[in-house]
Amino acid sequence: MGDFRYWLAENKGTLLAVAVFVIMFGIYAGNHSAGFSGMVVTTAANKGVLLALVAMAQTLVVLTAGIDLSVGMVFVLANCLASQLVVGDALETTFGVVVVLLAGVLCGALNGIIVIYGRLQPIVTTLATGAMFYGIALWLRPIPGGDVNSDLADALTEQLPGGIPTSLVVLLGIVLVVWVPLRRSEIGRAIYAIGSSEPAAYMSGVNIDRARLTAYVVSGLLSACGGLMLTFITYSGEASATIGGSYTLNSIAAVVIGGVSLFGGAGSAIGAIFGAFVLRTIGDLLFVFDFDPLWQPLFQGVILLGAVTLGSLRLLNVKNRLDLFG
Amino acid sequence: MDANMPLFQMQGVAKSYGGVRALEEAHLRVETGRIHAVLGENGAGKSTLIKIMSGVVQADAGQMMLDGAKIVFPSPKAANAAGIACIFQELSLIPDLSVADNIAIANPPRRFGLIDRKAQRRFAEEALARAGAEDIHPLAQVKDLPLSRRQMVEIAKALARHPRILILDEATSALTAGDVAKVFAVLKRLRDEGLALLYISHRMQEIDELADDCSVFRNGRHVASYQAGTKSRNDVVEMMIGREYSHVFPPKPEAAKTGAPALEVAGLNWTHRLNNISFAARPGEIVGLGGLDGQGQRELLLALFGVLRGVSGDIAVNGVVRHARGPRSAKAVPSAMALIPEGRKTEGLMLPMSVRDNLTLPALDSLARFGIIDRDREQTAVDMMVKLLAIKAANLDIPVGALSGGNQQKVVIAKWLMIAPRIILLNDPTRGIDVGTKQEIYQLLRKLADDGATILFYSTDYDELIGCCDRVLVMYDGAIVRELKGADITEHALVSSAFSIGSGCMDQTGERQVG
Amino acid sequence: MPAFLARIDKPVLAAFGCIILLLLVGSLYSSSFLSPEYLLQQLQVASFLGLIATGMMLVVLLGQIDLSVPWVVTVGGMMSTAAAGWGPLGEALAIPFGITCGMIMGLISGFGVAYLRVPSMIFTLGMNAVAQGLMVLRTGGFAPQDHSTETMHFLATGRSILNIPNALFVWIAVGAATIFLLGRTTFGRTVYAIGNKERAAYLSGLPTQRVIMLAFMASGGLSAFAGVLLAGYSTKAYQSMGDPYLLPAVAAVVLGGTNILGGRGSYIGTIAGVILITLLQSILSVMQIYEAGRQLIYGAVIISMLLVYGRQKKAS
Repeated sequence: MGDFRYWLAENKGTLLAVAVFVIMFGIYAGNHSAGFSGMVVTTAANKGVLLALVAMAQTLVVLTAGIDLSVGMVFVLANCLASQLVVGDALETTFGVVVVLLAGVLCGALNGIIVIYGRLQPIVTTLATGAMFYGIALWLRPIPGGDVNSDLADALTEQLPGGIPTSLVVLLGIVLVVWVPLRRSEIGRAIYAIGSSEPAAYMSGVNIDRARLTAYVVSGLLSACGGLMLTFITYSGEASATIGGSYTLNSIAAVVIGGVSLFGGAGSAIGAIFGAFVLRTIGDLLFVFDFDPLWQPLFQGVILLGAVTLGSLRLLNVKNRLDLFG
Repeated sequence: MDANMPLFQMQGVAKSYGGVRALEEAHLRVETGRIHAVLGENGAGKSTLIKIMSGVVQADAGQMMLDGAKIVFPSPKAANAAGIACIFQELSLIPDLSVADNIAIANPPRRFGLIDRKAQRRFAEEALARAGAEDIHPLAQVKDLPLSRRQMVEIAKALARHPRILILDEATSALTAGDVAKVFAVLKRLRDEGLALLYISHRMQEIDELADDCSVFRNGRHVASYQAGTKSRNDVVEMMIGREYSHVFPPKPEAAKTGAPALEVAGLNWTHRLNNISFAARPGEIVGLGGLDGQGQRELLLALFGVLRGVSGDIAVNGVVRHARGPRSAKAVPSAMALIPEGRKTEGLMLPMSVRDNLTLPALDSLARFGIIDRDREQTAVDMMVKLLAIKAANLDIPVGALSGGNQQKVVIAKWLMIAPRIILLNDPTRGIDVGTKQEIYQLLRKLADDGATILFYSTDYDELIGCCDRVLVMYDGAIVRELKGADITEHALVSSAFSIGSGCMDQTGERQVG
Repeated sequence: MPAFLARIDKPVLAAFGCIILLLLVGSLYSSSFLSPEYLLQQLQVASFLGLIATGMMLVVLLGQIDLSVPWVVTVGGMMSTAAAGWGPLGEALAIPFGITCGMIMGLISGFGVAYLRVPSMIFTLGMNAVAQGLMVLRTGGFAPQDHSTETMHFLATGRSILNIPNALFVWIAVGAATIFLLGRTTFGRTVYAIGNKERAAYLSGLPTQRVIMLAFMASGGLSAFAGVLLAGYSTKAYQSMGDPYLLPAVAAVVLGGTNILGGRGSYIGTIAGVILITLLQSILSVMQIYEAGRQLIYGAVIISMLLVYGRQKKAS
C-alpha cells in the first residue's frame, strides 16, 4: 500500500478534478427529471470532448511553464480545413484527416520554433500566431459552411450499442495513443522537468529544446483533433473568432481546475480533461436546478476564481517572505 | 602505465571572475582508492576548484589530466561522461519528479522506446541502497522530501552514474547525524572499491574521520598537501589563515561603548535555522557576524528586518520591543533600520534602472509630497550621496548596471543612507569588489558608527571582521557560539570557532524544509 | 544620431519608423493617406485603443497582464448606458459610474494578484468570465436597448476645437497624466521597480502590494472608460463590444518597446504602438484586403517586428 500513497500525492490535483466532476455529474443525474436519454448524454459528451481536447493541448504547453493563447485558433483553423477536405470517398477522407492533423502539427511547430529559437515570450508569440491562424481559417472559410464525410462524422459522434457516446471512446483513444506514451517517454519526462526547474534540468543533461518543441507540436496536434471533432459534430466549418477565443480561455480554466500548475511541471492531461468536463457540466447543472442558463458564465468565473484562491492557501506556510517572489 | 601517475591531476589552474582572482596556480592530485579532503576558509577557492573539475566553469589557464591524458570539460555533461560526478550544494534535483525519475534522469532504462518504470524503479532502489538511503521511497516526489533526504537522493543520483571520481561539496551540511554515519560508511566502501573521492567540508571532525589525503587552499592558491593525521589541528588552522593583510582599516575607538543598546535581541528563534539568539548592540558600535557561510547569519539579518514570518523571541529597538512587519515598517522611524542585502544584482539594485532612480527608492516617500517627487529635493539628496560615497558615474541617468562592481555596491549602500538609518544591517557588502572600494566602505562604516549609528556587519572575509569590528559574534548552525572582543578578534580565534573546533556542537543538525 | 534621438529607446524609434513606412506605403496606394482628415480620423479611432493600452501598459510594466479587457470594456459601456436610463441624475453620472464599475473589477483582480499571489493571467481571466457573467445576466441575453447619453456621444464622436476629435483630447489628457504618473511620482517609480525586481523593491521598503492593486484598478478603470466612449461612438453598448481590443492592446504595448516581463518601457512607445496598430488595421482594410489576409499580415507583422527588436537576451 506504500506505493499507493505516493501515487495519490502525485495525482491529487487530477483526482480532485475527477471527484468534483463525479459529484457534479451525480447531482445532475440524480435530479434530472426526465431521466436522461442517450441523446442528452451524447450531446453533453460531445461538448465536453471538444473542450477536453483543447484543454489537453493547453496542458502540454503549460507543463513547460509556458502558455498557448493560440489553441482556440488552431482548433478553428482545423475545423475550417476539415470542412473543406474531409469529404468524398474513404481515400479522400483519410487524406483530409491527415492534412488537418498535419496542419495542427505545423501550427504547433511554428509556435515552438518562435519561442525556442526566436526567444520570444510564449504569451506574446501565441497571441500573434493566433491571429495568423485565424486569418488562414477565415481565408479557407470566409462564410460558415462546407461539409464533412457524414458516415465518419456520425460514426464518431453518436453512440455505441451500449449507449456509450462514441466521442468519449475517441477521446480515450487519443489519450491512449498520444498522452500515455508521451507521459512515459523520456521527452515527456523532460517536459515536466523543464517546467519544474529548468536550471536543474540543464544540470542533469536534459535535452531542453527538443522537449519544448515536442510540447508545442503535440499541443497543435491535439487542438487539430479537437477541430476535427467539431467538424464531425456540426457538419460544417466556421471561422469564428468568438469560438476560438472562448475555447482558448476555457482551456486555461480547465487546466487550472484540472490541477495543472500554471508555474509548470505538475499536473496531467487527464486532470485537464476532467477540468473541461467540470466546466461543461456547470451549464447542465444550472439547467437541472431551473437556473436560467444565463447564469452559466458567472458560475464559471466564480468557480475558476474560487479554485485559484483556494490554491493560494499554501501562502500561509511561507516562512520567508522573500520566497513569495520566486 | 606509470604506477605513480595519479588518476586525476590539476596543474597551474587559474580562474578569475570579472577581474577578481578566485583561483591561481592551483594544483591537485587525486588518486584511486583514497578520500581527498580540500580545506580552506571562505573564499579560498574551493568551490571554483570543483566547478572547474566538473565542467560547470572553464579555467582561464592551466591543465587537467585524467589517466595521464590532457582533458577539457566544456560542460557538466562532458565531465560526467569522463566519469566525474559532483554533488553540489545547490541541488540539481527536479522538484516535481519522483525520486526514481530524478536518479535515472540522464539515461533511463527503456522498453519499446518508453521508460521502463519497473526497471527504473529497481535501478533507483539499487542506487538508493548503495547510498545507504533505503528508507527513501523511489516513487516519492522530491519536493515532498525534507532537505536531508533530498541530499541523500542527490548522492544516490551521483552514484547511479558509476563515477570514477566523486566530488562532494558540503554534501553533508543538511544531513542528520544518523545519515552522516551512513554516508560515511558508504564513502569508505566506495574508497575500498577503488573510487577516488574529493571531499569538501567545513567540519573538522568529519575530515579527521574520513580523509586519507588533505589539501589546504588559501586565497585561491594551493598551500600544502599532506597525509591525514600528520598535522595537528592547530597546524591546519595556521595553514588556512596567514593571509597577507592588504587592507588599511580606520582606527578603532579606544574605549568600548557603554550607552544604552539601540538593538537588543533576546531568545530569537526561527524554524530551526535560528536557535536562541541573544545579543545587544550599542550606538557607535560595529558588531561583526562571523562564522562560515550559511550558518544563519543571513537569516538573522532578515529576521531583524521583518522579512521572516514566525520569528519568536524579542527584538527591542531603543528599549522598546518592536517587531517589524516587513522592510517598510523596519525602515520607518523610530526603528530607522536599513538592510544592505547580499546580492546587489538580485536584491540590491534594479540594474536596468538609472543610478538616480535606484538611489532614491528607499527614501521616495520623504522626497515626495502627495506622491509627487520633488525633483529639486531629489537632486540635492542624490548629489549629497554621490559626493559622500564618491560614486563614479558618467552621469546619473545611465543604467546602474553599467557601473563597475564597486560603484554598484556604493549605490546599494548610498540608497539606504538616504533614509538616515540608525541601525544598519550589512550582509557581506564587500564580496567581489576591488580593494580600493573596500577601503572606502570601511572608512564610511566607521564614520557612520562615530555619528551614532549601530552597525551589524556580516562578512565572509575574516580580515574585515578583524579590521573593522569592535566585537564579533561567531555563528554556527543557527546559534551564536562565541563572542570575541577587542584584541581577542584574531584570525586564529575566528577560524577555530567558525569550524567549531573544540565546541563539539556539530552533531545535531535538524532537518530543514526548503519552501 | 542627434542626441535627443539617442535618448529614446531603439524599439520606440523602430515603431515610429514603421508608422512613417506604413504612411508612405499607404500614400503610394492613395494620396488621401497623408490628408489631415484621414490622419485625424485614425487618431480618433486610436484613442479608444490608446486608453486600453495605457492601462495594459501599467500592468505589463509590473510584469503582469490583464486578460479581463474584453468584458471590462463591455462593463464600462453597459453600465454607463444603464445609468443613462435612470433619469437625469443617472444621465449626469453615466460616465463616472461606468468607469467606477471597471475600477472595482480591476481592484478585485489586483487584490488577487497582489495579495493572493495568483498569476495575473488566470485571475484576470476569471474576472473576465465574472464580468461577462454579470453582463449576460443583466441584459438577459439580448442586446440592451439603452442608448448612450449625449455627453458620451459628444466625447466619442464630436469635434469641438480646431476640428480635432474630442476622443483624441481624452487620450491626450489620459496620456499626459500617465507620463506624469510614470515619470514624476512615487507610484510610477514603484511600478518600474516592481517590474524590474519585485524582491528588491520589497526589500527597499516599497509598498509593492498596494501599487500592484492600484495599477490593476487603473487598468480596469481605463478599459471601462474606453467602453464608455465606444458606447458613445456607436450610440449603444452591446455584448462582446470589447472582444476586438485585447490582442491589439497587448500588441501595441509590446511593439512600443515595453518589455512583456516588466520593468522597461516608455509611454511614448505605447503611443507609437497604438498608432502603429491602428494604421496597420486601417491600411489593411482600405487596401481591400479581406479580413483573412488582414489577420494573417497583422500577426506576421507583430511577430517579425518582435523578432527584430523585442528578443529577450539569452539567459547566461
